[in-house]
This record gives sequence, structure tokens and C-alpha cells, in this order.
Amino acid sequence: MTGSTLDSSQAELIISAEEMGHQAHPDYRITGVLVFLVAEAMIFLGLFTAYLTFRAVAPVWPPEGTPERELLLPGINTAILIASSFVIHNADTAIKKNDVKGMRLWFGLTAAMGAVFLVGQLFEYFHLEFGLTTNLYASTFYVLTGFHGLHVTFGLLLILAVLWRSLKPDHYNSKHHFGIEAAEIYWHFVDVVWIVLFLLLYIL
Amino acid sequence: MTILTPLPDNTQPANLPPPANWRKYFSFSHDHKVIGIQYLVTSFFFYLIGGALAAAVRTELATPASDFVSPELYNSLFTLHGTVMIFLWIVPATAGFINYLVPLMIGARDMAFPRLNALAFWIIPPAGILLMASFFVTGGPAGAGWTSYPPLSTMSPKAGELIWILSVLLLGSSSILGAVNFVVTIWKMRHPKMGWNDMPLVCWASLATGVLILLSTPVLAGALILLSFDLIVGTAFFNPTGGGDPIVYQHMFWFYSHPAVYIMILPVFGMISEIIPVHARKPIFGYRAIAYSSLAICFLGLIVWAHHMFTSGTPPWLRMFFMFATMVIAVPTGIKVFSWVATLWGGKLNLNSALFFAMGFVSMFVIGGISGVMLAAVPFDIHVHDTYFVVAHFHYVLFGGSVFGLYAGIYHWFPKMTGRMMNETLGKIHFALTFIGFNLTFLPMHKLGLEGMNRRIAEYDPKYATINMICTIGTYLLAVSTFPFIINAVWSWIKGEKAVANPWSGLTLEWSTSSPPPEENFETEPVLLCHPYAYGKRPQVPPSGNLDPATSPLST
Repeated sequence: MTGSTLDSSQAELIISAEEMGHQAHPDYRITGVLVFLVAEAMIFLGLFTAYLTFRAVAPVWPPEGTPERELLLPGINTAILIASSFVIHNADTAIKKNDVKGMRLWFGLTAAMGAVFLVGQLFEYFHLEFGLTTNLYASTFYVLTGFHGLHVTFGLLLILAVLWRSLKPDHYNSKHHFGIEAAEIYWHFVDVVWIVLFLLLYIL
Repeated sequence: MTILTPLPDNTQPANLPPPANWRKYFSFSHDHKVIGIQYLVTSFFFYLIGGALAAAVRTELATPASDFVSPELYNSLFTLHGTVMIFLWIVPATAGFINYLVPLMIGARDMAFPRLNALAFWIIPPAGILLMASFFVTGGPAGAGWTSYPPLSTMSPKAGELIWILSVLLLGSSSILGAVNFVVTIWKMRHPKMGWNDMPLVCWASLATGVLILLSTPVLAGALILLSFDLIVGTAFFNPTGGGDPIVYQHMFWFYSHPAVYIMILPVFGMISEIIPVHARKPIFGYRAIAYSSLAICFLGLIVWAHHMFTSGTPPWLRMFFMFATMVIAVPTGIKVFSWVATLWGGKLNLNSALFFAMGFVSMFVIGGISGVMLAAVPFDIHVHDTYFVVAHFHYVLFGGSVFGLYAGIYHWFPKMTGRMMNETLGKIHFALTFIGFNLTFLPMHKLGLEGMNRRIAEYDPKYATINMICTIGTYLLAVSTFPFIINAVWSWIKGEKAVANPWSGLTLEWSTSSPPPEENFETEPVLLCHPYAYGKRPQVPPSGNLDPATSPLST
């Protein structure tokens, strides 16, 4: 202010920063993660639309001569990934009760399930009878699943980072656990993308 | 809802931080004001490079023969000119203004994620240097145009093309990280007394820009990832001989690159909406119309991309849809133009360099807008597609629009950013030279296009020679016009007259703090008592500080 006194109507308008929740450096990281995931979703949406267009334009899909795909392994993989989304949610419940050990248990289990998914994916890659450049279907298959696999890998690294940090005493507690929430949100996102991908590439 | 900025002591320059430590501008600073200036200075540097490339292109086109550079190099020159001007000048420059202005205008201490903000900026210099480095690889830089359409791009020299892709991916990532910050900051960090409809219009425009970046830039990244697979490992996403479809690339590319036009112009719309009422000393005409039309443009901008593809075998029903959707965009845009003109109408104009550039913006942008509606009409577009008419159109939008607006913004906020006034005489010389040079360069191109001269080709029919020579002379004049600006900016920053906190008597919050603002922006929590554009309106409560009618922004 510039030295002059305020009358009462003005004084009313001056609100303490704290009481309005307008802290100097507020924490909006969860909002930031969600907004960033909008961009992530758009890149997948773009690739899915490209895939659907290739498919709609092609006279036969998958192109003639594409070997049949096994559904069993990807099916099991899908079940594991979907289940892991429920598993990771328990970690959130645990940390809200200040149960760091419980959180570690559920995060560790999710990490293991994620690793099984990635190994299963690689196993499928090595046993498929088509390569990256065999035909357009093969190319889209590898690029889409590979791009998703990269995201799973990144999610896995996030989970491992949270586990590493949780070793520090009182790093996470019932009030401060942004890292746990962020990793969980990301994991759910990766899961949802996989469901769409699975439907597009294997079922439809 | 009434808002009033506590009026700072306007009689003498503030004693707060002097241009302080110049080293902070070369550091990983978290301060949004430093980052904003880093964006602006870096992008201006690339603007000069892009301008040099343009001068080389126009020198080649001065004569009908291909005599100044080889045709291959010519392709690289215009490709890099487009890429640099879009991804390294206008997009980061507008991001710079958004970074600088938004937290100040909404009364926040900084952006929501300061470190992320610094990261977003620091991706840009390496990406730009990478792009420039492609001049030294075998085969030279990318030469398939800034659109990089396959199969042309998959047939050109690989190294340059891959560097181009990598560079654009990096710049796109920077843009997305920046947009996360804009959206969260505006959404969550407004002053507790500032409702959505009390926000300065720059904030509305920045919000719309952020949303557009988040929704469209990732799709370009997807297209470029697929394109790089085609280039490196020989997949056939965009190669018809392998079952692929080059049109899919065009759709994905324009799904980003048409909204990109709005990403480049919306923040400038916002800035013009600030500058005009301040210098016309009138409340903005149609605040809500301008605010909501930004959102309308944001939405419509996402559903018009295929008007770039009328000649790409797009089916007629689809062309009809995109034609009408494109024409509808002229409505929210027209609302803005009418509002600006209505704000100027009867105003007590303070005719300085900032307002000159702002009025230059409005008039030039209208020409670009009208030729845009012409191009939206399918029958007309088919005839002038890929001719100089298109080149003229988008330079009226991007240069006559965005660049004039950016200059207006620099003249308007320079005192706030540096604590120094710019020289008005040099500013007016700069405006006159830019305005004449710009029109000399681009107005004749409409005629060239209508007569059928193709773009992107180094040689042309000698019958176009005279007009091309005029365009080239205009380009040189534009190049010369930059010098008064650079001299003015550098000299004023070091030695210019000291600026008071509120040299233009503006009402938005950035003027209520010192020039330049201290770290964390405000000495005390800012107080809002009147609408940001309530010029000449009777305040509902007496202003707290300045009651002198000569300098108080509230007196008419």
C-alpha cells in the first residue's frame, strides 16, 4: 500500500493470503499431472485414429498373409495389468492411514505385476511370426504396443522411485504423499490406454 | 464485483532491484519474469536468423532464374525459414509474454510449477542449435517444407530430415510443458478476489492457447514418430506402395498445425486487448465478448484443419463441412476486431509506438482474415492452392498479425520488464519502416498468386519478374527496419530514461508493482477494487493512493 489509510470497506477486501488458501507457493501438482495426462491421451488418440484410418482404407485387414495371433498370452497380460490397477489403489488407502509398510507392499506388488506384463509383452514380440516392417498391420502393432510399453516402463520407474523414497523416514505420510498419488494416477492412465489398445489390436 | 489496483507512488522511479545481476538471465532461474525474458530474447535471436533465411530466399527470387543458391539449398532455406519463424520465434515469443504477464496480472507470486517452467524454456536453445546444425550434415538441412509431407520428406536426405523431426519434437515438448503451467496457473492461482470475469483478457487468451497446445501438439508428435519410423526403419505408414497412406500424415499434421495458427495469434489477441484500452483511455468494448470469443476460437480451431487439404483428394462432403466450419471462425475473430475498433472509437488516443503497432496489427490482421475467408471457399482455394496468394495470406496473419502484436507488446511492457522507457522517436521510425516494408513485401504477392505463381520453387516465369523485385526490395526494407528496434531496445535497457511503476496509467495488476517487479512480484498482497478496464469510470470506493487527476488512471 502507499501510505494512505484504508476505510473500512476497503479493509474488508484485503484478505489474508493464508485464509483464502492463496499461499505464495501453493501445491497444484496433482492438477498438473492430470492436465499433462490430457496431452498424453491426445498422442495416443492421434495414433489410434491413424490406426483406424489405415484399417478403414485397407481393402483387407489385417492384410492378407498376416499370421494369426495367439490371444491367450495377451489376454493373461491384460488381466494382470487391469488387476494391478486395483492393487495400486490399496497403497493409496494404506498411506491415508499412515501405513507406510502397507503402501510399500502394494506398490511392490504392482511393480511386480507391471514387470510381468512387460516380460510377457517381450515374450510375445519374440514369438510373433511378423516383424516391424512385414506389413502395415505389423508396423502399427509394434509401434502402438511399443509406445504403450514405454509408458508402462516409465510408470514402473515411477513406482520404484516412490519405493526408494519411502525408505526415508517420514517421507510419505497421511497428509503428504504426492508421489504416491501421481504414480497411481499415471498407472491407471497406462492401464486405460492398454484396454483401448487391446480392444483395437486384438479383439476388433 | 469491483476491483481496484492499489495505485503505486507514481511520482518517482522505484528503488527496487536494478537490472540487477545479468547472469541470472543465463541461469536455470525459476522466476517467471526471468524465464519470460529468456523466452523473448532467445526467440528474437531466432527471429533474426529466420529473417536472414527469408532475405536469402527473396534474394534468390529477385530474378526469375535460379542463380543465387542451388535449388536444393533454396528448398532448405524456405523450409528452415518456416520452421524457425513458427517453432522458434512466434510460439516461444508468445510463451514468453504469457510467462511474464499471467502471474503478475492474476496477482500470483509465480507460475504453478516454476522448475517445470524453467525446463520448458531450456529445451528451446538446444533444439534451435540442433536445427541450425543440420546445415553441416551430409545432404544439408531438411528441404521438404515446414509441412514435411511424405513422400517428399521420406525421399529427401535422411540426416537433415531426422534432425528436423527431432528438433520439432523437442520444441513441441517444451510447448506442452509450458501449456501445463499456463492452464494450471490461470485455473488455480488467480487472486482470491478475482473471478473468471475479472481476469485481464491476456489470461483468457492464454488459457485458450494452453488448451489448444495440450490438445493438438501431441498429435503432431504422433505423426512425427510415425514419419521417423518410415525414414529410419522403412515402415510404410505413409508409403502407398506398402499399403500406407500419406493423407493420414496430412490429417495428423494439420490437426496440430491449424490450431498452431491460433496458438500463435490468440496470445497476441490478448495483448492487443490490453494495449488498446490503456492507450485509448477507455474501457474495453465488449469484455465478455472478447473473452468468450477466445474460447470459441479455441473450439472451432480444432475442427477446421482439413481446409489445408482441399486439393488432397478430400471427399466433397468433408470439404463442405470444413469450408463452413472455417468460415464460422471469422465470427469470433470479427467480434474481437469490432471490439478493438469500438474501443479506439472516440478514445483519447495516446499515439505512441505501442498503440501504432497495435493499430497496425488490427488493420493488417483484417486483410489476412479476409483473404483467409476467401481461401476457406473450396472453389477459390482449388485455384490458388500452393500459390503466392497463400503465402501472402499467412504472412498477413503471422507477420502483420503476430509479429506486429509482439512488437506492440514489447513497446508496451518494456518499461515494466526492464524499468526503463524506450525511445519513442526510434519506435515510430521502426513502425513506419516495418509497416511500409511489410506491405511492400507481401501485398504484391496476392497478385502473383492470383496470376498463378507457385510457391516453393526457385525459378519462375519472367512475366512475374517486376512484382518479385518489388517484394525483394520490401524484404530488404523489413531487414533494415529491425535495426532501429535493436538499437532502441539495447540502448534503452542500458541507458534509457528510468520508468515509473505505472508509466501508462494502466489498471491491470502488473502496473501496481514496481518496474521491474521485485522477486515474488508484490511487496504486499495486491488489492483489487475495480475491473481491469474501468478507465474513466467512477470508482465505488476512493482509490487508496493516487487522487491527483493529472496522473490517476481513474480520472478521464
